[in-house]
Amino acid sequence: MISAIRRQQAFNLPVFERILDYLAGDRLTRIAGNFGRVVLVPVLAVGVFLLLWSVGAKNVQTSLGQLPGPAAVWDQTVSLYQEHKAERDKEAEFYERMDERIEKAVAAGQPEDRIQRMRDRQYTGKPTFFDQIFTSLYTVAAGFLLASLIAIPIGIVSGMSRTLYGALNPLIQLFKPVSPLAWLPLVTMVVSALYVSDDPMFDKSFLNSALTVTLCCIWPTVINTTVGVSSVDKDLINVSRVLRLSWFTKTMKIVLPSSVPMIFTGLRLSLGIGWMVLIAAEMLAQNPGLGKFVWDEFQNGSSNSLARIMVAVLVIGFIGYLLDRGMLSLQRHFNWDKNAVLR
Amino acid sequence: MNSYLDIDHVSITFPTDKGPLNVLKDVHLKVAQGEFVSLIGHSGCGKSTVLNIVAGLLSATEGGVVLEGKEVTEPGPDRAVVFQHHSLMPWLTVYDNVKLAVDRVFRKTKTKQERHEWTLHNLELVHMGHALDRRPDEISGGMKQRVGIARALSMQPKVLLMDEPFGALDSLTRTHMQDSLMEIQANLNNTVIMITHDVDEAVLLSDRIVMMSNGPSATVGEILNIDLPRPRDRLELAEDPTYNHYRAEVVKFLHERHTKPEAPKKTEGGNADKPKLRLAG
Repeated sequence: MISAIRRQQAFNLPVFERILDYLAGDRLTRIAGNFGRVVLVPVLAVGVFLLLWSVGAKNVQTSLGQLPGPAAVWDQTVSLYQEHKAERDKEAEFYERMDERIEKAVAAGQPEDRIQRMRDRQYTGKPTFFDQIFTSLYTVAAGFLLASLIAIPIGIVSGMSRTLYGALNPLIQLFKPVSPLAWLPLVTMVVSALYVSDDPMFDKSFLNSALTVTLCCIWPTVINTTVGVSSVDKDLINVSRVLRLSWFTKTMKIVLPSSVPMIFTGLRLSLGIGWMVLIAAEMLAQNPGLGKFVWDEFQNGSSNSLARIMVAVLVIGFIGYLLDRGMLSLQRHFNWDKNAVLR
Repeated sequence: MNSYLDIDHVSITFPTDKGPLNVLKDVHLKVAQGEFVSLIGHSGCGKSTVLNIVAGLLSATEGGVVLEGKEVTEPGPDRAVVFQHHSLMPWLTVYDNVKLAVDRVFRKTKTKQERHEWTLHNLELVHMGHALDRRPDEISGGMKQRVGIARALSMQPKVLLMDEPFGALDSLTRTHMQDSLMEIQANLNNTVIMITHDVDEAVLLSDRIVMMSNGPSATVGEILNIDLPRPRDRLELAEDPTYNHYRAEVVKFLHERHTKPEAPKKTEGGNADKPKLRLAG
């Protein structure tokens, strides 16, 4: 029943069936209503937005020229893609040339260490827009994962023990509202003081961004996990007492599964915050990623810069949306309460 | 009578915002092995508190509970509880809910295969063998309660404690469940303490009905021996004068004599006066 309604809402009836319905005529009103709500209204809304944008943009003159409208932004999207392709071609050419030179060197019987040096040589082109996207995704994933690994256990213990909750709550409340930009200088200094290695596994800039993300997206998961764990049905706790489950079994078999919905609510909030924080951190710290792309374009100040920033803004928004949808489907998958309405 | 379960002069007092609240006072009851005892009384009189003390979920302020010569100090599977609201894990299937208890109780004494068979056996006993892979939110209230009973039975408890097990069910389902319970009881001959609001249910199922006076300071008001031959059939009994006499006795107690002289009758004030029956944490 519910799934039937969902299917209607998603409007993915097979086309053939829809045509049949149309011919049958009696369901025409319902189909038309669905079509209007699911397809027409959003399309119309986007159209109105684009119209207002292009009209409004024409009336704003900045020092970098006119504010770009949708058409200019589309042009820049295409050109960013072409630049990316050109850069990849150049990279491929570079490695081809290097391979040739290495072959020649081997044929000429050059010393092994010199050939190895040539093999180790990396292409050092400027990262493209798409490279920056992947850097950002990679960084946010690392920061978010680390935050989850810290936050879920903390949430569980503080949800199970009132004493620990009392101890942790003031700290959580204190650090939760801190802006990422305030953390960043501290993280940078601490990382450069502590992460001293001749052969670093990670770049310092990556660590700075990822740790800043971690610090900001720990809190929603901690808070929601705590609430989930502390509100486990008392009857279920009584069942575990009657069964004399050990602390560990009780946690794994009753407390954790029961708080899964709340934990996922926290994780979703955390990932959303993490993505926003990352862009800001990259901008401020000049760490590779989408934030740096935006800042570079701003500093660059060419006539295309504003349109390129706009492309970045839209891409950031779209990726944020995809991340949220991804978490939502994970949440749906792991939530035992299949009747819960998640959106 | 050599008592199997001895509820020995139990009193319990809860601290509340308005000062200490004495919920039970000097509750004294001996139960023989294989006996089916019902606790009946008005809402909030402390029936569930008695049950929770026997289960070990609450500890008495004075007095104590002795089961087979050993004092009850903590909850345990030898005193399995069927809760009013099924209390099944919503994320586990019917089978897994029972298996959780079986695995825990028989982890050392039964092999994996035996535990699997024992789980199935108990689910067959309550006629739930057809729904092993369903989750609690996919089955009806009556079915959930059946699974709850299967889980409790699977622990092979010395005493089965049932806290208004059929209270949340519609009357037709309740009738089926009572018949099922009588059938199971005839086979297994468990020692059972059941809380109920339902006079017919109490008379039909019990060997003895313990009628409790109203709280606060509730205690055992009167005990009625139900001397009806088993197996009992509800249709035949409906015309039976002895049955109707017992029924009338209980109704009379509940409606006339449930107030104690020193405790003036209070109107049912909702949940405000009810003691907290569950422990926090």
